[in-house]
Amino acid sequence: MAGKTLYEKLFNAHVVHEQEDGTALLYIDRHLVHEVTSPQAFEGLRLAGRKPWRTGAMLAVPDHNVPTTNRAGGISDPVSREQVSTLDRNCQEFGIQEFPMADLRQGIVHIIGPEEGFTLPGATVVCGDSHTSTHGAIGALAFGIGTSEVEHVMATQTLLQKRAKTLQVRVEGDLGPGVTAKDVVLAIIGKIGTAGGTGYAIEFAGSAIESLSIEGRMSVCNMSIEAGARAGMVAVDEKTIEYFRDKPFAPTGEMFEQAAEYWRTLRSDPDAEFDKVVTLDGTKIEPQVSWGTSPEMVGPVNGRVPDPSAESDPVKAEGMRNALKYMGLEAKTPITDIRIDKVFIGSCTNARIEDLRAAAAAIKGGHVADNVTLAMVVPGSGLVREQAEKEGLDKVFLEAGFEWREPGCSMCLAMNADRLEPGERCASTSNRNFEGRQGQGGRTHLVSPAMAAAAAIAGHFVDVRQA
Amino acid sequence: MQAFTTHKGIVAPLDRSNVDTDAIIPKQYLKSVKRTGFGPTAFDDWRYLDPGEPGMDHSQRRKNPDFVLNREPFDQATILLARENFGCGSSREHAVWALTDFGFRAVIAPSFADIFFNNSFKNGLLPIALKEEEVDSIFKAVAAHPGMQLEIDLPNQVVKAPDGAEYSFEIDSFRKHCLIEGLDDIALTLEHADKIKSYETAQMAKTPWLFNDMRGNVGG
Repeated sequence: MAGKTLYEKLFNAHVVHEQEDGTALLYIDRHLVHEVTSPQAFEGLRLAGRKPWRTGAMLAVPDHNVPTTNRAGGISDPVSREQVSTLDRNCQEFGIQEFPMADLRQGIVHIIGPEEGFTLPGATVVCGDSHTSTHGAIGALAFGIGTSEVEHVMATQTLLQKRAKTLQVRVEGDLGPGVTAKDVVLAIIGKIGTAGGTGYAIEFAGSAIESLSIEGRMSVCNMSIEAGARAGMVAVDEKTIEYFRDKPFAPTGEMFEQAAEYWRTLRSDPDAEFDKVVTLDGTKIEPQVSWGTSPEMVGPVNGRVPDPSAESDPVKAEGMRNALKYMGLEAKTPITDIRIDKVFIGSCTNARIEDLRAAAAAIKGGHVADNVTLAMVVPGSGLVREQAEKEGLDKVFLEAGFEWREPGCSMCLAMNADRLEPGERCASTSNRNFEGRQGQGGRTHLVSPAMAAAAAIAGHFVDVRQA
Repeated sequence: MQAFTTHKGIVAPLDRSNVDTDAIIPKQYLKSVKRTGFGPTAFDDWRYLDPGEPGMDHSQRRKNPDFVLNREPFDQATILLARENFGCGSSREHAVWALTDFGFRAVIAPSFADIFFNNSFKNGLLPIALKEEEVDSIFKAVAAHPGMQLEIDLPNQVVKAPDGAEYSFEIDSFRKHCLIEGLDDIALTLEHADKIKSYETAQMAKTPWLFNDMRGNVGG
């Protein structure tokens, strides 16, 4: 019999009950909650007279609506304010641990989960948020769910699930200098497409993935959903285990060693079979820049905007034409000729301390270009912000003309006051370049933190390896 | 949940692939704490020429005459037809609520994103995946006969077109059962409450660090 994949091990360990048709009742160990996708679920509980099954498995934080300036002044938009205070009230009523806006530990839900050791290897992790796949980087089975499922998990601590197919994405070889985890995942999406992982759980493997830090692996797993897969994961190694020493909610002492022993089993068996395997040559990956309105519309920084007339598939060609029209780009334009108006460094993809270090290093004493009207750095959590300030990164950003903000989702999706105006073009370290994502009519180019910082200084995209 | 057995209605052709949930319902409307009222702002950026904000009277806004759902008879459509990878992106169930609130009962496309697909079943919206060439032939039929109605028969898993064409589709048997009966998942799951409790007891011995909160150490 063939060995088991990591996904199968994690899934099997959480099956409470399985129906004949393969629908399993899957136990959920960790439930992260934010203000946008939870109010209707709490309301559903109240209407049905139900209580949460296990409040200790839940951690709540407001992140999508929170302002990134003048926190002390509260939220000025009354609708946003109401959503955040609804979360506060619901957590109080049901006895759920919350890091409210004023808490130092507040931040983007997918940043604080691992940072606190609340999400752990071997756990099933869900959140009403598609980027929950981030937590797969620590060897967890983590995926996003809708609000009805949020209510289901609250009420039963389980989810009805069918097994996904398994896809192994292998990235082999050493990454070149200046090539980051973000470039790796953008290159993967460029290769397999935004529906390439639909129906699959992805395991990222190979020497290039192993060489990434835990934070880098989080950036990769974060964008599994942009490849169509609800879950992405990386096998546990010693880096994973070291990451969880001294995390506030992680086990300590003898129990840590007991946990670590189990965590070391969380990797695919050598003879495990995947439904599909895709391989990329890591040595050939270059810094990436997206040019269209879907994350698969991406290419190397030294390339050009592609030409729809060269595309043989008519539906694809039409999609490309729509994208170029929306983006205000001409086919065949060199990517490095594209000038930008704003820069956003942040989001659950790229707002951890290593991301901020990489961005700060790419500034190299330069100053934000005159044509860039706003360059902002939004740390992923209060603790990331604090750490960055200890290292003096805030001063590097401020002296270069960047704004140094408070933590939250911010301009990744522009639910708070941070947004693009119609026609504005942004170099963004976030995960989605959909039409209107960062503000109606806004134009998003997805890049790594170092590429975003280098573009801010130059005023247009540049190859960070030559900047 | 609203049950789904059979449905006959007008098909609206949305000739795009990778329709994402940000497009179906833009972020500013996610600030609502309710499940209802998202219909008037479904596809907001494509549907209106002026920017929309929550709390506006959307009937007073300038509509984009080129957008399919603003044109008769598609403004009365109850079945949406689209290209591959429909519903990709954000997990927001508000996208499904926007479609059902608009009046849609089913979406037909060659493929769907996983989370949207799941969310649909929880709200009585039937996502039907047909072969690419079948979807293409329905697009052509609608172009030739705007206002064409399709008949969806869930028990028999078939979509019937007025020209006599029949398209059969696959659906998971458990989901089909829940849709036809309009069943509440949570009540069904709670029938297994004892199994959930025994699972927890067993796991507390195996992976106690995941149950610290139950020993009064951390968590709630």
